[in-house]
Amino acid sequence: MSEWLVHPGLVLVLGAFALPWLHGGARSAAVLALPLAALVCLWQLPEGARWQTAWLGYELAPLSVDKLSRLFATIFALMACGGGLFALRQTSRLEIPAAYVYAGSAIGVALAGDLVTVFVFWELMAVGSTLVLWSAGTKTAWAASRRYVMIHLLGGVVLFAGVTGHLLDAGDAAFVRMAPDSVAHWLILIGFLINAGAPPLSAWLPDAYPEASWSGTVFLSAFTTKTAVYVLLRGFPGTEFLVWIGLFMVFYGIVYALLENDMRRILAYSIVNQVGFMIAGIGIGTEMALNGAAAHAFTHIVYKALLLMSAGAVLAATGRRKCSELGGLFHSMPLTTICGTIGALAISSFPLTSGFVSKSMVTQAAIDGHLTWVWLALAAASAGVFLHAGIKFPWFVFFQKDSGLRPGDPPASMRWAMIAFAFLCIALGVWPEPLYRLLPYAVDYVPYTAAHVLTQLQLLLFSGLAFFAMLPWLKRTPTLTLDVDWLWRRPLPALARAAARNFGRLRDGAAVRAGSLAGRVSAGLRRHREPDGLFLRSWPTGGMALWTMTMLLAWLVLYYLP
Amino acid sequence: MNLAAHLPALQVVLPLAAAPLAVLLRGRGAAFMLVTLAAWAAFAVSILLWLQVNASGPISYALGSWAPPWGIEYRVDSLSALLLMLVCGIAAVVLPYARASIERELRQDVHYLFYAMFALCLAGLAGIAITGDAFNLFVFLEISSLSSYVLIALGRDRRALVAAYQYLIMGTIGATFIVVGVGLLYLKTGTLNLADMGVRLQEMTSHRPVLAALAFLTVGISLKLALFPLHQWLPNAYAYAPSAVSAFLAATATKVSVYALLRFYFSVFGETAVFKRLPMEDLMLILALAGMFVASAVAIFQHDLKRLFAYSSVAQVGYIVLGISFDSVTGLTATIAHLVNHAVTKGGLFLLLGAVMAGMGGTTLARVHGIGRVMPLTAFGIVLCGLGLIGVPGTAGFVSKWYLILAALEKGQWWLVFLIVASSLLAVAYVWRFVEAAYFHAPRADLAAVREAPAGLAIPAWTLVGATIWFGLDTSVTVGSAARAAAMLLGTGAP
Repeated sequence: MSEWLVHPGLVLVLGAFALPWLHGGARSAAVLALPLAALVCLWQLPEGARWQTAWLGYELAPLSVDKLSRLFATIFALMACGGGLFALRQTSRLEIPAAYVYAGSAIGVALAGDLVTVFVFWELMAVGSTLVLWSAGTKTAWAASRRYVMIHLLGGVVLFAGVTGHLLDAGDAAFVRMAPDSVAHWLILIGFLINAGAPPLSAWLPDAYPEASWSGTVFLSAFTTKTAVYVLLRGFPGTEFLVWIGLFMVFYGIVYALLENDMRRILAYSIVNQVGFMIAGIGIGTEMALNGAAAHAFTHIVYKALLLMSAGAVLAATGRRKCSELGGLFHSMPLTTICGTIGALAISSFPLTSGFVSKSMVTQAAIDGHLTWVWLALAAASAGVFLHAGIKFPWFVFFQKDSGLRPGDPPASMRWAMIAFAFLCIALGVWPEPLYRLLPYAVDYVPYTAAHVLTQLQLLLFSGLAFFAMLPWLKRTPTLTLDVDWLWRRPLPALARAAARNFGRLRDGAAVRAGSLAGRVSAGLRRHREPDGLFLRSWPTGGMALWTMTMLLAWLVLYYLP
Repeated sequence: MNLAAHLPALQVVLPLAAAPLAVLLRGRGAAFMLVTLAAWAAFAVSILLWLQVNASGPISYALGSWAPPWGIEYRVDSLSALLLMLVCGIAAVVLPYARASIERELRQDVHYLFYAMFALCLAGLAGIAITGDAFNLFVFLEISSLSSYVLIALGRDRRALVAAYQYLIMGTIGATFIVVGVGLLYLKTGTLNLADMGVRLQEMTSHRPVLAALAFLTVGISLKLALFPLHQWLPNAYAYAPSAVSAFLAATATKVSVYALLRFYFSVFGETAVFKRLPMEDLMLILALAGMFVASAVAIFQHDLKRLFAYSSVAQVGYIVLGISFDSVTGLTATIAHLVNHAVTKGGLFLLLGAVMAGMGGTTLARVHGIGRVMPLTAFGIVLCGLGLIGVPGTAGFVSKWYLILAALEKGQWWLVFLIVASSLLAVAYVWRFVEAAYFHAPRADLAAVREAPAGLAIPAWTLVGATIWFGLDTSVTVGSAARAAAMLLGTGAP
């Protein structure tokens, strides 16, 4: 360590612990200052590995900067700032500190130069995001957070096993480009993909995110999936199999979002859809595609946060989430309507919005790579995005039939957060140059050519027509949509209960008494909760001695056998 | 007379002599001073021995100048030096704590007996680790066991008597098995010196008495080290003993038994043809896995924190034995490192539970509701140690699990890696039960005014909590010594 440098991620993580002790104006100032301080620290850092330390014989670089990591760390810090501003009036005192731990560790992942650091911040992120979910304080949020944390711990376990294997194989902890050529690398890839919301576990995302508070979802939407995109960009660029994963996610998101009635679940599914675009770009793997995936992650964070802010403002004002119960809010919430619409235009890649300048790079890369089918699928999906997020969300929430609700626009802190992000959406669309300069590779792409603009406008026009032509079928009824998460919410627990019942029946028979060890163990497990369960009760001394004799006999027999 | 040459004898004599002196002195203050000084001196001696072993190899000390194999040999090598340092170090930390703790938990007129028994227990445990003589090992085992029965029976809870009685019966069965095993070996080899025994056994091929001796020793020691399913004496013994005793025994007693197992397996039987042909590794693997999962699962459903963490100890013994079952340098490194790491973590945890006992009047989960608010430091310390049990990076528990995973990978056993990590998730579940009670419930109305633990309890406890973190970051002492000891046991490196 030649010079003293501050880790921007740790600024947020450690700063978060100071927040609960602050009140009033000091707290508001700290909430806004922390992410900005992290941003300043970040841009003070020169490129290259800045901290180096040895651990268990491996060289670690917990702070190392290059263009790609700076890009992601920048948007994470910006997002923390915008989210913090939006959440200033949140009554839960846990949410912002948790969100800052979450954001700080996302920055930590982005700046990690080795896999061990990635893993540590990865787990910290899981903790932070679970706390954000909890702080909503509702029963459903509590249940959702438990399912959420289980999936992420599972992902962490898989990732950890992979990292360990990689260290053994490579003898080096550096986080470099890998290929899925060994068990270890496959495990790392799977661990990354679980956080990205890839199939078959995509359902954790729309299951959990909509249960957070009106401001919590804004934070949640940004970090977990996008750090996954970042690590995939760095670790597995050009892995062809990711193209198909990405395309699957794109269409999965569209179909479920079209079927969905809850406005925030629509937007959650649309996160899966958008991350699908990025992962497909990573799979294509050309410089243009990787640039596109990185840029799309950047712009996506901004407009998805904006969309969820407008949804959050509606939720905070009305307490309703279902499209079928909302509508006509533009009368009394003009600013929210405008901002929500700008977000919707951006996600649909309308020209002059941020989505246009980033997503088109991915589709262009598909054309350049002569991946005709991929390009067709992406183009079709772009139309689908416009259908589900671009029109459906604003139409059913702000326009459509008049629900008779007349809530006002949200308080100033929330308004300013929305305005700032709406401005970013437009600004990035009109002046893409600063963003392009941040990208990891040199950009040789002009978004505003007549062909690009015309193609996109045609696409949007026809899908818009399709939406209104099919409006009667798209009208949402208050229904539920089944997804994979149903599997671990209903049948799995039911199966466990049924198994427990059956083992119980077995236990009643005398057969088990002489029966297999497995039967006894399961019966014992069934009775766990009772104080006299097999392994739970204190054993009589005779029973213990009997076990000892059994063991001795077993050993003696086994020793004499060979 | 050169004192440095007699350090191995001093290691045992200091605490052994302190015990009767403490009884003679009678005064609890004087007894405390004496035993504490003896323990600190023993700790200093163990550090000197460790340094000496590191610098110039193993030390052989002939008691009374009777040369081995006829006389009793004290032998300090890299494994025993580490164990001695662990045992004496924990004793040195626990004794100052015990003074503040037994003031609250024991009648004043038995305090001097407590100190005397503690000194005996320490002498016994240190003796096991230092002796190179099989029968001497048995004697020290009995000294430490008998004194620990008394220490457990001192517990304020009336169930402590039953727990101590059960431990007495089981411990005696275990000791009997061990002495039967040692006797059989003596019959076959005509020597009691462990190293000598190992040499003579090499010349024999399959002899049934040797196999029987191995079986008796294995089961006897497995009982003492609480290997599943011979662990049932442990939870009650730890739960109802006085807090300081729980902490000392949890940190050292089972660990020293593991040491005895390692000694017999690798120093005595290691090179014999008999040993190589037995399915010992598979058996150990199965029992270790069963212990890891069953005991962790049982821990999740406990209502008393002391019992909860006692079951967690059984699970952690599973990890330790798992390392032995790999029969590789990395596996043994994991075992020995986990020995130390778990001792430090669990010792700190039980010391903190003693502080909880002092503050909240009990350690049931229902009673510690909201302890995060009334005793924030203590609660935070328990969480830190809990993270160590889970094996979160940055804590000592992670380092040893790491080596365990490396050992599994060396054998190409991916499924074991998953099992190791999955059992850590069970640890998350039982630690979570404490977190939920401590931070997500309001304290009971009558306990809302409880204050943070006094310094006499907090400082020793936090010393071990600090060590848990320290050994997670700086592994030169633990893993370094463990790697040397493992290489020595397997005969692949310098002793």
